[in-house]
Amino acid sequence: MHTVTLTKGVPDFREGQVSFDEDGHLERGNTPTVMNPNDKHALRTALQTKVRHGGRLSVMSMGPPGYGDVLGEAMESVYADELYLLSDRELAASDTWATAITIATGLQKLDETPDLVFAGFKTADGETGHTGPQACWCLDWPIITHVIALDVNEDEGTVRAKRLVEGDIEEIETVKAPMPAFVVADPEFEPTYRTAGDRLTLKDLRAETRERAKNHEEHLTTWDHADLNLDPDYIGLDGSPTIVSSVDPIPKAPAEREATMVNPGDEDGMNEVFDAMAAHAGGER
Amino acid sequence: MEATTMTDEHEHYEAVVVGAGPGGAAAAATLARNGVETVVLERGVDAGSKNVTGGLIYAEESAPYTIDGLLPGFREHASERPVTDYYIHNIAGERVKTFDITRGHERDTEWADAVLRRKMDSWMAERVHELTRETGGGLLTGVKVNGLLREDSEGRVRPSDASSGEQSDPRDGEIVGVTCEELDPIEADFIVAADGVNSELARAAGLMDWEEPEEWFQGVKAVVDMPGDAINERFGIDDDEGEAHLFSGDLYDGVRGGGFLYTNESSLCIGNVFHLDSIVAEEAEVQDLLDALLTHPLLAQWLGEEYNEREYSAKLVPDSKKAANPSPHEGRLVLVGDAGGQMQAQGPIIKGMNHAVTAGALAAEAFVEARSRGKPNTAGERYEQRLHDEGVMAKLRPMRYEIASAAGENDITTNLAERLLDSPLGRAGVRAADTAGLLGQAYGSPYLATMMPDTKTPYVTLPTIIAEELGTRVADDTTIEPPSLGERIGELTYDTDVGNPHIVLEDDSVEASGAAVTACPVSAEGFGGGCYREETVQSNGDEERVVSLDTQPCVECGTCAIVADTQWEHPRGGKGVEFREG
Repeated sequence: MHTVTLTKGVPDFREGQVSFDEDGHLERGNTPTVMNPNDKHALRTALQTKVRHGGRLSVMSMGPPGYGDVLGEAMESVYADELYLLSDRELAASDTWATAITIATGLQKLDETPDLVFAGFKTADGETGHTGPQACWCLDWPIITHVIALDVNEDEGTVRAKRLVEGDIEEIETVKAPMPAFVVADPEFEPTYRTAGDRLTLKDLRAETRERAKNHEEHLTTWDHADLNLDPDYIGLDGSPTIVSSVDPIPKAPAEREATMVNPGDEDGMNEVFDAMAAHAGGER
Repeated sequence: MEATTMTDEHEHYEAVVVGAGPGGAAAAATLARNGVETVVLERGVDAGSKNVTGGLIYAEESAPYTIDGLLPGFREHASERPVTDYYIHNIAGERVKTFDITRGHERDTEWADAVLRRKMDSWMAERVHELTRETGGGLLTGVKVNGLLREDSEGRVRPSDASSGEQSDPRDGEIVGVTCEELDPIEADFIVAADGVNSELARAAGLMDWEEPEEWFQGVKAVVDMPGDAINERFGIDDDEGEAHLFSGDLYDGVRGGGFLYTNESSLCIGNVFHLDSIVAEEAEVQDLLDALLTHPLLAQWLGEEYNEREYSAKLVPDSKKAANPSPHEGRLVLVGDAGGQMQAQGPIIKGMNHAVTAGALAAEAFVEARSRGKPNTAGERYEQRLHDEGVMAKLRPMRYEIASAAGENDITTNLAERLLDSPLGRAGVRAADTAGLLGQAYGSPYLATMMPDTKTPYVTLPTIIAEELGTRVADDTTIEPPSLGERIGELTYDTDVGNPHIVLEDDSVEASGAAVTACPVSAEGFGGGCYREETVQSNGDEERVVSLDTQPCVECGTCAIVADTQWEHPRGGKGVEFREG
């Protein structure tokens, strides 16, 4: 069993980390890069598969060399064996189309064809949700999206999954596909480890990875466009048909109420707070 | 696709050990060394986060097993200072008479070390995980075992526990495994319940109850921060030395029990252990009794001016003389340590963890032997036999006490002894006995200690009279101020199991449950931030006093299971109070 999880580095959008210029544009240089938070659903699915079926687990990403640390973070959270980074100046400014071609090529270059590829739900910066399905389309493999439960039958070479189908009423559909296949986990996916055996395997993996993640660079393979044998005209900016014409900042909602800061140690201040609250204690506003 | 609990196919291990304290660790290590596939399930976020000790751990010369024998390196890595000096202090007001009982302590003692449970148990858990992993099992934390799996006469396997409220008797059928909160049921050929003083498994099997306060002690402890240098200087000891001190007399408002102080590497353990029935009878506020010890002028020489309490904790202690189950097994299930009431507490002797270690190893050996003879189901009987053969049961339930208590623990004898002691004749006798060196000898005698009746006389009256007749006044003044109960609760770490209260008050009348307000170590009369409180409710113009409960600050000691009318279980794995010192 060999699985690959795709991940992406995104700006850390958490309060206090993210930095915008006065026009409301993201200042990438002043904002740390972290693993796409939405990729955790893919990682959880991959980890559950590894715990239940063993085998190799690789993590792949496309991005600048600094993404090595993002991959290190992914290694720790998913107890990965190997890391692959597709990184090259020629790959810069790729849209989802060019990225999908690059990723699909990277997946084909692996010495052992993956049985399953876990793609993230969507990225926190682009939010397209395209890259995984497009990469799958390039490979002409089946894809199962919105997965909430997964069962691999290694003997049959199939994967069976429950997926959420949203419509007038929410339905759960059970589907089966031959491997290799792409799987996109829904945020509703909750990994379950209900046997002592699974939890002990998790504990082993955690202990193994703690050592490995300290030197994650040693487990990192970096491929450029030449390694991947990709024509620069079909990748990067030149290979990207999408044009972003403009970006508008979302205006902040104006605050209507005034806020006063009170130190909890300040007795007079706290008394004022209680007095103010007491006026509404009857349930009036 | 999704695992369910209704399938007939359960995960199976040869042995399941529930609880990673000293009893569970000893059992699991011994099972693993004998090649038994063993899984250990511990409900704390880390081993040692759910229990506290006074605490000293003993290695007895007469015991077949010691913890460092089973887990080499224990003393270097898991324990604090050894006890190299042992004193008992008799207190009357500010008068104190001290006896050196080191010699008595050393009798049958290979070594005795002070320990803190978080450090000790988590070190043991790592070793035990390594050993058990090699057998195909291992140790898991954050998993709460909540009941027994039984197979009925038709071969149907289903969970059963005492509180399930099923129509048929939940204890019908043979025990074949355990049920867990976080995992699917697990079947096993051998189940070791080392799940502590409030063992849910012992209850599910009907082997222990929590009914009589007379069968229990309650311990309340503070871990006090103190640099190693300061300990060395104030106690006059070196890094590799340590002291134990016991306290009894009139400083506890007549509540039967005593205090202790043990030196750790860079902290002190200071606390009290009282008979629970006496706490209830005297309506004692146990946190105040801890403060009575901490602020006694005798302790000023050791505590200095800066008092920094690292942790406040409490624990129920079974009185093995009455609570130790003489036949601690049913089918594949055996009880080990506190779960089986195996805690010897008599006079100045307080030994629990060493007995748990011995019992755990004996239980494991009993299974290995039973299995090798092709009769794994006889493990329980073999375990019981070994407890008797190795003298463990005789230490836990000494015959001397059973005879002496029949004569000594009644009102007539007690009143007679009290009046005699307090008479000029009795007081002269105390002085004469001291001159002859008999008092020091008596305190150091394990024989006398095991005969000591559980009455006021040895705990309160005799020490008080000794101190009055022979003591000297302590000159030091105490300056420290222990934290309030609210502050103590505030310093504890909790991962509250929101929406899942683990204790339900069955009867909120003051008659049934009022004793919990004072006896609970995190509750007090007139204190609103604790577990139990008394409230006045108005109904149809009548005023009624009732008891109410909020389990948020619960330290899971189990006191209220005995003194109040409750229905209880433990919080789920990793939830509830987390002791960092223990």
